[in-house]
Amino acid sequence: MTAIDPTAHLTAEQIEELGRELDAIRDEVIADRGEKDAAYIRKVISAQRKLELVSRGVLLFSIFPPAWIIGTAGLSVAKIMDNMEIGHNILHGQWDWMRDPKIHSTTWEWDHVSPADQWKHSHNELHHTYTNVIGKDNDLGYGIMRVDEDQKWHPFHLGQPLWNFLNACFFEYGIAAYDLELGKNLHKRRRKNPEFRARAKAVGRKIRKQVLKDYVIHPLLSGPSFLPTLAATFTANLVRNIWTHSVIMCGHFPEGVQVFERRSIKGETRGQWYLRQMMGSANISGSRAMHFMTGNLSHQIEHHLFPDLPSNRYAEVAVKVRALFEKYELEYVTGPLPKQVFSAWHKVFRLSLPNRKPKVKTPDREKELVAA
Amino acid sequence: MTSAALRSRAWKLLEMVTTPLLPSDYLDLVSPLRAGADLRGRIEAVHPETGDAATIVIRPGRGWRGHTAGQYVRIGVDVDGVRLWRAYSITSPTNRQDGRVTITVKAIPDGKVSNHLVRRAKPGTLIQLDLPTGDFVLPQAKPAKVLYLTAGSGITPVMGMLRDTEFDDVVMVHCAPRPQDVIFRNELHDMVADKKLRLTEVHTDTDGMLDIARLDGLVPDWAERETWACGPAGLLDAAEEHWSEHGVQERLHTERFRPSIVVAGDGGEVTFSATGKTVDADGATPLLDIGEEAGVLMPSGCRMGICFGCITPLKAGAVRDLRTGEITEAEPGVLIQTCVSAAAGPCDIER
Repeated sequence: MTAIDPTAHLTAEQIEELGRELDAIRDEVIADRGEKDAAYIRKVISAQRKLELVSRGVLLFSIFPPAWIIGTAGLSVAKIMDNMEIGHNILHGQWDWMRDPKIHSTTWEWDHVSPADQWKHSHNELHHTYTNVIGKDNDLGYGIMRVDEDQKWHPFHLGQPLWNFLNACFFEYGIAAYDLELGKNLHKRRRKNPEFRARAKAVGRKIRKQVLKDYVIHPLLSGPSFLPTLAATFTANLVRNIWTHSVIMCGHFPEGVQVFERRSIKGETRGQWYLRQMMGSANISGSRAMHFMTGNLSHQIEHHLFPDLPSNRYAEVAVKVRALFEKYELEYVTGPLPKQVFSAWHKVFRLSLPNRKPKVKTPDREKELVAA
Repeated sequence: MTSAALRSRAWKLLEMVTTPLLPSDYLDLVSPLRAGADLRGRIEAVHPETGDAATIVIRPGRGWRGHTAGQYVRIGVDVDGVRLWRAYSITSPTNRQDGRVTITVKAIPDGKVSNHLVRRAKPGTLIQLDLPTGDFVLPQAKPAKVLYLTAGSGITPVMGMLRDTEFDDVVMVHCAPRPQDVIFRNELHDMVADKKLRLTEVHTDTDGMLDIARLDGLVPDWAERETWACGPAGLLDAAEEHWSEHGVQERLHTERFRPSIVVAGDGGEVTFSATGKTVDADGATPLLDIGEEAGVLMPSGCRMGICFGCITPLKAGAVRDLRTGEITEAEPGVLIQTCVSAAAGPCDIER
């Protein structure tokens, strides 16, 4: 958090103009969306399935070390593709316009222990609507971490580097628990809520299926390679979890990213909503392969502005969005992956300790507007 | 254990191997037309018929169960990346040796699918298929005398019949603007030369529209003939009237192609068909709000078009995207975001 509101120089009119310019960028992509984009997602899905098939096939012979290495690497990449470029983006409705019931936000299920519909609620609805609003967006620290000076310190936070590391290793379980709002719901009274119980049951079913597949069926199919295959699938899940956790940490936690007070979004206009997405997100710079492996969440700023545009378009949109950042003299937070990961981790460590109350509070638009 | 039970056990096990996907998701990669797959077809050739019509040769998947002459099939084609479904009459005979089926498509002005199929469809493309359906078919017992009364692309189901079943006495009256617009003209003239068919072409550019009263002159014994008629609504309305005036309406079989005419206006009557409520909506209020005000249980989420938590089937009519102004028309399987869509004319929402 910076000491000064970095959007203070903008007038209300400028913010609405900014909103209109962003709407125009969105409209341009939608008008041009078509066959090439459809071919892209189909190609990615088909490549992911083939890679997973081949990797699992190779792992049947994982008793031989080269097979173990190749199979584990392939399966890790396949799982990352499934979660990031395919699952995350399809579940956002980015490909619903194709009207293909097999590639649709209502029918897609992913290789993840959190059932798609629960994740859609906590991610699409809560996180993307209330991005970085303290108390409304649980993605801010996932309820287990303190990621801003304004959040109240508690001795529990001393351990947050450790919680964060464990969360990275078992990220898909962390997400499932988070989607269930487990912390809040484990209280005696809430535990019995039938709606919560139904959702918990669904997570249980999904976990059972995923665990059975990865840690029982595929190892059994491998026969003498049982143990190496078990180790391989465990490793692939670990790699996928740490990778997705790192990418997601880079989206909102690096230094320079703003958080907002609950009051500040009351009566928020479209322009203000856009501005909050711009100031609340951070990008990762890098090669095309890196963008692909992050599911284009390296273009987190563009994704937060336009969560339903096809991910393969974020790169071209980014050029125009960045120009708007410059025009309106705003900071476009971006950097290479190691730098951003370090920055986010640094913040996790720093905020595990108590701090003095910041001199200037987080942007509070309501107050500014009254003052204006 | 029976073999069926064994197979279902094996399939269950396979599902455990592929979860959360299904075994078919992987099988589709290599064999999309196999038995047990969703019904699909592969376009194998596109033959031009006239300047704006073409015959599409389709190899259907193994789940295809054949058709009856005169029936139509719904196909799902990806046009500019968007899957659109349309119905076309099958023009191939039922006993075609190579197992292929054909549809013949006339490109209509602004027709997204028809223009795509006639001008841009490429062999090798996969399309989605439904099983053939329709009761515009020939009877089991052969009628002694037959009349086919067709206009424009209305000839397509009849061509399926002509190629499929021979009758002793068949007359056809076909209307098209000019001779070169007559689909299947060469084949029809071959049939005439082989004395399998008597044909009257009405060229409406020079002869004017067919006045049904002229039928007495063209086919004096029309009233004795079992008649199959297909063409524009005007022709069919006139025929139905004419046949009933003469008390022979049971001899007339008609097929109407129903072009979906959606009038996109501003607001309209919205029906929530699952709840059975109907309310008036303006063209600016999101359908989510309209439904909630009417007491309909509407799923909702972000209320700004980003979370896709409110999507609902649009059964009929058209809606306008309040952000882009884009119009979406009802088609089977079309879902809309109710929080950013307003009524663009009367529409039916499945809630």
